[in-house]
Amino acid sequence: MELKRVVVTGLGAITPLGNTIDTFWDNLVKGVSGAAPITRFDATHFKTKFACEVKDYNPADYFDRKEVRKMDLFAQYAMVAAEQAVRDAGIDPQTIDQDMAGVIWGAGIGGIITFLDETRSFVKNNEVPRFNPFFIPKMISDIAAGHISMKYGLRGPNYGTVSACASASHAIASAFDLIRLGKANIFITGGSEAAINEAGVGGFNAMQAISTRNDDPATASRPFDKDRDGFVMGEGAGALVLEEYEHAVKRGATIYCEMVGAGMTADAYHLTAPHPDGLGAQKVMENALKDGNLKPEDVDYINVHGTSTPLGDIAEPLAIQKVFGDHAYKLNISSTKSMTGHLLGAAGAVEAIASILALKNSIVPPTINLFEVDPQIDAKLNLTPNKAQERNIKVAMSNTFGFGGHNACVVFKALN
Amino acid sequence: MSDIASRVKAIIVDKLGVDETEVTNEASFTNDLGADSLDTVELIMEFEKEFNIAIPDDQAENIGTVGDAIAYIEKNAK
Repeated sequence: MELKRVVVTGLGAITPLGNTIDTFWDNLVKGVSGAAPITRFDATHFKTKFACEVKDYNPADYFDRKEVRKMDLFAQYAMVAAEQAVRDAGIDPQTIDQDMAGVIWGAGIGGIITFLDETRSFVKNNEVPRFNPFFIPKMISDIAAGHISMKYGLRGPNYGTVSACASASHAIASAFDLIRLGKANIFITGGSEAAINEAGVGGFNAMQAISTRNDDPATASRPFDKDRDGFVMGEGAGALVLEEYEHAVKRGATIYCEMVGAGMTADAYHLTAPHPDGLGAQKVMENALKDGNLKPEDVDYINVHGTSTPLGDIAEPLAIQKVFGDHAYKLNISSTKSMTGHLLGAAGAVEAIASILALKNSIVPPTINLFEVDPQIDAKLNLTPNKAQERNIKVAMSNTFGFGGHNACVVFKALN
Repeated sequence: MSDIASRVKAIIVDKLGVDETEVTNEASFTNDLGADSLDTVELIMEFEKEFNIAIPDDQAENIGTVGDAIAYIEKNAK
């Protein structure tokens, strides 16, 4: 059976760098950091007191009061980004075959804010079980996909993907495959996360996974820098409209680019540490290239996972060199997490969007805060340090790796 | 309007996001005010909290309108 072609026709984002695609991209190219002291709760007693929060977000700008009460923040972000993407794609849900349009949405954690609030109220009320009836439907991580489908009446395939920080990439990869197989014409896909609360920050602090550079939050996310000390928590959502090529052409859609490949692998090694040789990362890039019928030399830009953790930032460049050989030195490599922070389950979506916009605008967003490259990383790699670089990009790929050893890679290509 | 009635109506306006003028004694939570089954459960819980009473499930099933709620609470509130 011949696989169908898949194109990107809509984008939406709410991020620590801006609440629209345009502001997000502008700040990404300018090299702005989204990090600042935490405002969501009193972080006085936490080891980490800063994060990359979404700013100037008022739910009343997007939802009526009744809707808001039924949605955890991660689902609200999902709805905001999805709405932007649907509009950007110029889709009128009434005029498409709604049985052939679906939603696959990633969230690594789900409604942790709701979970903590309800647990607190349970303890406060002497453990008398009086849970809110919306507790479960607010918390479960699949619910964002459900909300989006209900808003637009999309009755095609609908589910959530959960693979920690690779969740959104798995969502995009799954939507891509289902369109290729002819099981749907359109997907709204991507991911969202909203875990900047006491449980989220405290939990990641306990793992010693996040930066504690409290005296200088803006330089805390410093992928590949020798003084990096962990990732910076981010939040928000990214949404993509993926569409079968002929379907998009027929309705006269504006096409950003083609999606040509996806890879998925596991490290099968450790709960949280990456394979030291970057084995899973290597395989996932190889799989994605093969899937896209591409040679390593075809790739121009890799938006890396690059979280600013000690181990991960060593393993990933090693994996890139194994896959790309000498071509690795010709690649532009950048970690936009240096600016956005780590959006966890939304990272794959926001970074796929960064890759697509890099391709569209011929600009590679930088890795900021790269003061001195870790000597364990090959200095000849172009990590796009500190300043955006102009480059004509034909093929861009985006890596994400999740706790649990889940790896996913998605590949976009300029439309011929 | 009694104190209980105004407090009941305030909760309904808040939880269901409806206009005060829609919250008449005859209004049905599900048919007129757009509540689904989970909204109704949440309303009952809010009434219990506000008036410090326990509404057993078999009684809660009979509270379908604004007037039903006010009448029940007027009878049972301490």
